[in-house]
Amino acid sequence: MTEVASPQELSKEDLLDAYRTMRTIREFEERLHTEFATGEIPGFVHLYAGEEAIATGVISHLGADDYVASTHRGHGHAIAKGCDVKGMMKEIYGKAEGLCHGKGGSMHIADLDKGMLGANGIVGGGPPLVCGAGLSAKVRGTNQVAVSFTGDGGSNQGTTLESMNLASVWNLPVVFVIENNGYAEATSTNFSVKGIDIAKRADGFGIPGVTVDGHDFFAVHEAAGEAIRRAREGGGPSLIECKVNRYFGHFEGDAQTYRAENEVENLRCEKDCLDNFRRRVASAGLIDEGELDRIDEEVKQLINEAVEEAKAAPDPKADDLLTDVYVSY
Amino acid sequence: MSTVQITRLSMPKWGLSMTEGTVVQWLVEEGTILEQGDEVIEVESEKINNAVESPAPGVLRRQVAKEGDVVPVGGLLGVIADAEVPDSEIDAFVEEFEATFVPEEEEAAGPEPEKVEIGGKSIQYLKMGESDATPLVLIHGFGGDINIWVFNQETLSTERPVYALDLPGHGGSVKDVGSGDLDSFAGIVAGFLDAMGIEKAHLAGHSMGGAVAAAIAIQHPERVASVTLIASAGLGEEINSDYIEGFIAANRRREMKRVLGTLFANPDLVTRQLVNDVLAYKRLDGVDEALRAVADSLFPDGKQANVLDISRIQAPVLVIWGDKDEVVPASHAQNASSGAKVETIENAGHSVQMEAAGKVNRLISGFLDEAES
Amino acid sequence: MARRITFMQAINEALAQEMERDETVVVFGEDNAGGAGAPGEDDAWGGVMGVTKGLYGKYPGRVLDTPISESAFVGAAAGAAASGLRPVAELMFVDFFGVCMDQIYNQAAKFRYMFGGKAVTPMVIRTMFGAGIRAAAQHSQSLYPIFTHIPGLKVVVPSNPYDAKGLMIASIRDDDPVIFFENKVLYSVEGDVPEESYEIPLGEAEYVREGDDVTIVAIGRMVSMAEQAADALEDEGVECEIVDPRTTSPLDEEAIYESVENTGRLVVVDESNPRCSLASDIAALVAQNCFDHLKAAPRMVTAPHTPPPFSPALEDLYVPDPERVAAAVRETLGTSDRARA
Repeated sequence: MTEVASPQELSKEDLLDAYRTMRTIREFEERLHTEFATGEIPGFVHLYAGEEAIATGVISHLGADDYVASTHRGHGHAIAKGCDVKGMMKEIYGKAEGLCHGKGGSMHIADLDKGMLGANGIVGGGPPLVCGAGLSAKVRGTNQVAVSFTGDGGSNQGTTLESMNLASVWNLPVVFVIENNGYAEATSTNFSVKGIDIAKRADGFGIPGVTVDGHDFFAVHEAAGEAIRRAREGGGPSLIECKVNRYFGHFEGDAQTYRAENEVENLRCEKDCLDNFRRRVASAGLIDEGELDRIDEEVKQLINEAVEEAKAAPDPKADDLLTDVYVSY
Repeated sequence: MSTVQITRLSMPKWGLSMTEGTVVQWLVEEGTILEQGDEVIEVESEKINNAVESPAPGVLRRQVAKEGDVVPVGGLLGVIADAEVPDSEIDAFVEEFEATFVPEEEEAAGPEPEKVEIGGKSIQYLKMGESDATPLVLIHGFGGDINIWVFNQETLSTERPVYALDLPGHGGSVKDVGSGDLDSFAGIVAGFLDAMGIEKAHLAGHSMGGAVAAAIAIQHPERVASVTLIASAGLGEEINSDYIEGFIAANRRREMKRVLGTLFANPDLVTRQLVNDVLAYKRLDGVDEALRAVADSLFPDGKQANVLDISRIQAPVLVIWGDKDEVVPASHAQNASSGAKVETIENAGHSVQMEAAGKVNRLISGFLDEAES
Repeated sequence: MARRITFMQAINEALAQEMERDETVVVFGEDNAGGAGAPGEDDAWGGVMGVTKGLYGKYPGRVLDTPISESAFVGAAAGAAASGLRPVAELMFVDFFGVCMDQIYNQAAKFRYMFGGKAVTPMVIRTMFGAGIRAAAQHSQSLYPIFTHIPGLKVVVPSNPYDAKGLMIASIRDDDPVIFFENKVLYSVEGDVPEESYEIPLGEAEYVREGDDVTIVAIGRMVSMAEQAADALEDEGVECEIVDPRTTSPLDEEAIYESVENTGRLVVVDESNPRCSLASDIAALVAQNCFDHLKAAPRMVTAPHTPPPFSPALEDLYVPDPERVAAAVRETLGTSDRARA
């Protein structure tokens, strides 16, 4: 995979937005990694650090009324789709002012007003949902697009394979993005995905499939742009496999003994998507590094505030246990 | 071959779909001397329980049907004859009846409700009786429909054609009531007369339908031969708004049964079928809105909006009220003009035309004959 | 105006009227459009039993066939509902829920709660259930208790054509996910059904018959079994009150309590297997809430704790019948007689 996609395709404003999104995701996840270790965060969290270029590269093509269905590792998709970062942080802390009023937590962060159909605790849960959102767009005659993100683990779920076929049969405006980070929990794709590349599975459903470097924002952006344009124009679904790595374990607390020694350290040095982005825009002379440093500072400040506010926010009340089950009952 | 007069007391047919009735109780003992029109036996029909009247004078010689029996329409309930007729003759009569009686086919052909477009609105109506006599048009009240005349229409149709119609928002008619005010309903009924080719009609209205009839008689005196106002609206301000609001709000069986009980001096007369039918009507799309609009227009702030000057009606007027009316006070009968004939029926409620159907039918029949003479 | 149509026609009419009224209503499932892509006629089937037949011709863009991929299309119903449609998806036989339950109970049922009350998921899953057509263990179960168990779902089990139409319209207009159970044996049953659209509110039981001696709560097709039993018992001087809950979630508990408080006796007739069934649930609720009114122990009449058998000789024993219902009623009366003695 060579670096063929070029930063020159994007406006400076778009580049700065993309960088800010990636940096926000990174800062959010790194901070959660630190805070989780203090024991203050309930339950478990699955961090997206290392994969930021995928969520950002794909979702930067989507408008507020396009749809995204995400995974248990969903913070990055939510941030890229425009979910309120402070509301997300409160949600992860289980607070009443969280994006889902503390009812969902890390694995169910959703904001339908932003077209975010939810993180999903069920591996392979999202692809059928985007078939529905795509059908909705088609029946209502809008040009909305629905994108599902699924991991390499989810790529082996029947739901994902059924959904690719259904989307092809119904010719839906849907894009299936497979984030192949090499591990389904502790199980390597070397074990669990046999035969050919995941992207080649698209052939079996009669839809286009490509593999891109998931560390390369520009490669993801270019491939997603083509797939989303095709979907909007009535050309049906596509599959994009993004080969990538995660910096943290399956969930926080995972000692990752299944990984090679220094695997993550080497990845951080050699494949980091933020470093890649900075190097590419700087070498192309598009953005002054000082501007990016300023974004880093602003993001740091935002995440600091988000954590402080989340810690201080009130818990849900006992009555909240029973609300929001039905619209009417 | 018997020469003596033996009269059978049969299961009546109240309404198009009635095929059988259940005997609730005998109201008189065997051996009772009866006048024609005396109530003899209570029968549960589809809508409300009702009394079967003696068709002839005589002695109730035999209670053939027992309480709880289900008897087909036309089936033998009892035998009425003079006291002199020997028991053996009565036995033979019953035996012969039972040997020869064939119940009516379940889907017996009879008049069916029809639809007509009036001013772009689909209106359902039912016509019974064919003759050249001046027709009678029956107009139901708030929340009612053609079925409130189930005990009246067929009986009255032996002498003249009788039409019953569903006002907009009611029964099988369009549910859009527009403004839902008195004039709009009067306009529909006037349009109905045109559509049926009726130049002049007797009008009879129950409750809100009475006000509609009176309004037409005032606006189109040339079209109206007589007006019968039954527990009529339009004669005073008072109205039981608990009934109106209760009817609109009720969407469950027990609630609706209680509300409908308000219509009768004896609330036990309300059958499950009547409750079912009213609930089924109320569930139809648009009915809630229609009833609300009509109530807001005709009965705002718990009072009747339209109090009519009945003295302006040129045609003869008959006013009938049940003395136990809990919806529109029976005292409103006194507000009728001096020329009106006023009849108050004892121990009957707002739906007096159902609860005391025989009496109401005789009053209307006599009044119409008089009006035509 | 009402006229007699079948249970199946009532459901078809409800779907057609709601599709006419609301352009966001879509219908899909296996063969629902009739077998798309085949060389023969369009709208050939309308689902395996023909419930959706005729809809494709009127609303071709909104009636879709699906591949045999229940996970994908039931999940698609959830996704479509969360994004502006009112889908009605057909899960041909409820026995097939095993291949798509995640989409129902982890996705559709939970969106609203997980997302803090911000989601609406107005979807209906139509599904066939019940024994009686010799379809054996994987096509004959009565699995509504499983769905009744799940918070976030509403569960509808109509017993007659009139209710089927009104409940289907109410289900489509409802903003929560509804599982609509259609007993396949009832499809050909006729009843009076108005031509107009109407809603029967979800969560409102019907008193099919009133009586003072015993309350029989019966669900779906079991209502007719209870009515036959009540007819027979009437000859013995026993007046049964029959309560048809119509929806098992929400369950009209009040209507059941009100009846039992009057009669003091309860028989529940439920075609599902006995453990953790509607029968056991209703019996437990009554025991807890009406204990002081009970003159006898509540009795449950259910299928046995076995899969539905194939052989007609066995299947006829599997489904509760009027004789078993009547026997249970007599037991409640007998027990109370002994208690009084």
